[in-house]
Amino acid sequence: MSRDRNPLLTLYAWFVYIFLFAPIVILILFSFNDSKRNFAWRGFTLRWYPELFGNNALLDALGVTLQVAFISVVVTTLLGTLLGLGLARIRSGRAAGASDSLILLPMVTPEVVMGISLLLFFALLFNANGSLLQIAIAHIAFSISYVAIIVRARAVSLDPRMEEAARDLGASPRAAFLHVTLPLIAPAVAAGGLIAFALSFDDLIITSFNAGVGSSTLPLYIYSRIRFGVTPEINAISTIVVVATGVAILIAMQVSARRARGRAAQE
Amino acid sequence: MKRDRTRDAVLLVPGLAWLLLFFAVPLAIIFVVSLGHRDQYGGVLFDRIGLENYLRALEPDFLPTVANSLKYAFATTFFSIVIAYPIAYWISRYGGRRKALLIVLVMLPFWTSWVIRTYAWMIILRDNGVVNSVLGAFGLPGPIQLLNTDLAVILGMTYGFLPFAILPLYVSIDRLDPALVQAARDLYASGRSAFFHVTLPLTMPGIIAAALLTFIPAIGDFVTPDLLGGAQTTTIAKIVQTLFLSARDWPFGAALGFLLIVVTIVGTVAGLRFLRREVIG
Repeated sequence: MSRDRNPLLTLYAWFVYIFLFAPIVILILFSFNDSKRNFAWRGFTLRWYPELFGNNALLDALGVTLQVAFISVVVTTLLGTLLGLGLARIRSGRAAGASDSLILLPMVTPEVVMGISLLLFFALLFNANGSLLQIAIAHIAFSISYVAIIVRARAVSLDPRMEEAARDLGASPRAAFLHVTLPLIAPAVAAGGLIAFALSFDDLIITSFNAGVGSSTLPLYIYSRIRFGVTPEINAISTIVVVATGVAILIAMQVSARRARGRAAQE
Repeated sequence: MKRDRTRDAVLLVPGLAWLLLFFAVPLAIIFVVSLGHRDQYGGVLFDRIGLENYLRALEPDFLPTVANSLKYAFATTFFSIVIAYPIAYWISRYGGRRKALLIVLVMLPFWTSWVIRTYAWMIILRDNGVVNSVLGAFGLPGPIQLLNTDLAVILGMTYGFLPFAILPLYVSIDRLDPALVQAARDLYASGRSAFFHVTLPLTMPGIIAAALLTFIPAIGDFVTPDLLGGAQTTTIAKIVQTLFLSARDWPFGAALGFLLIVVTIVGTVAGLRFLRREVIG
């Protein structure tokens, strides 16, 4: 069996990677294009970027997005971590099976369905038609599962004797948790929080059903603008969003990789 | 020990309560609302309860919408798996020490906002977009209509959901013991027949998972049909959006939403059952 190389397959792989990144690169490139109509390349400019800071609707949308993301990350990380820890400890029985289903269901439910279900829930039971808080509640509902699954995966791999050893040495359950378990699951909690942030920051479909007057988020703002056509300002906003999320993800991966390596070195 | 178990169960309470209240209860409300009908102001009335909204979804003039949804979702699922399988195979077999990096690179576009990625395709496919400009530069007559076609929608969705196909396929191929393929080759199977008789059947769980992970978001996506398919292209998800956000016929929208849930659950259960049979039998 020729396991060394397969040039045709390697060429194909390069094509797929180009396919994955080309649209984003083109989008960024055209944010520097000196043409209002954005049809063809007319030379390099930075003028679309300063204009963004004078756009109040855009800045408001960014403000709403960050507030929603903040609430969502804090609550989701807390609830998801507790859930993940609990699931790691209760591994069998009917309760575990039912909990598993309840956690997996939001991940396989089409987003449009979750969107309308929360719209109806708030409109019919609370007579509410969209607000910043409503968006945040929706975001928490679809993000908890991701955090729970990531934290559970880490917690399951922990040696239970670590916490027992701490207890044997006289630590209270609380101290054992804070000084032993929590530091061990911290990378998973951080990764979960980051994913919660990305999910909240990017969500359009569920948000579109739960936003009200004055609570438009950045993806909603971009979506409403895009429907009227392609403009260099949207390219500039998009570029900032792409670069911000990209940098955040890369830093987070760097951090968790370094922690993993550091731990491997200790062992 | 018993006390510990109770304490562990307490950890689950806040998260599960949140999911019950803000996920399970709202889903139940969809079904309840789908049985009612709208009043003239766009509210919901329950004075006569019935399945009329579901019957409306079966009427002939609604058929093209259902057909579009299924066409886009199935085509996206098919192309995603066909494109993803070789790259997942390549990463697993030839990735070497860079496997993790190669997987990260696959997932990186996924972290970019969905609207923005779709928008990028608008720039590329427009009449005066990147593709037509390049073709024009070569002196070809144009422009070719690419935007607002079925092709554009399927391309945009395949692009967006490709990472969801690559990841489970990679996991499944990477788990496959290369010794099994080697054994087939030693028994004089050609590379081709070793692939079709050993590799492909053994990675079927990955294919099923990839199919579910692309089909479900594809059937619920209204952004891509809207932006790349044009205003006249309708899908179930797009109609649901219109019924809730502009036309205000919530009961009919709820019925369509409930049908989407049914399709998803049937697909998921069938996929999982198939997986279980594969693993056990």
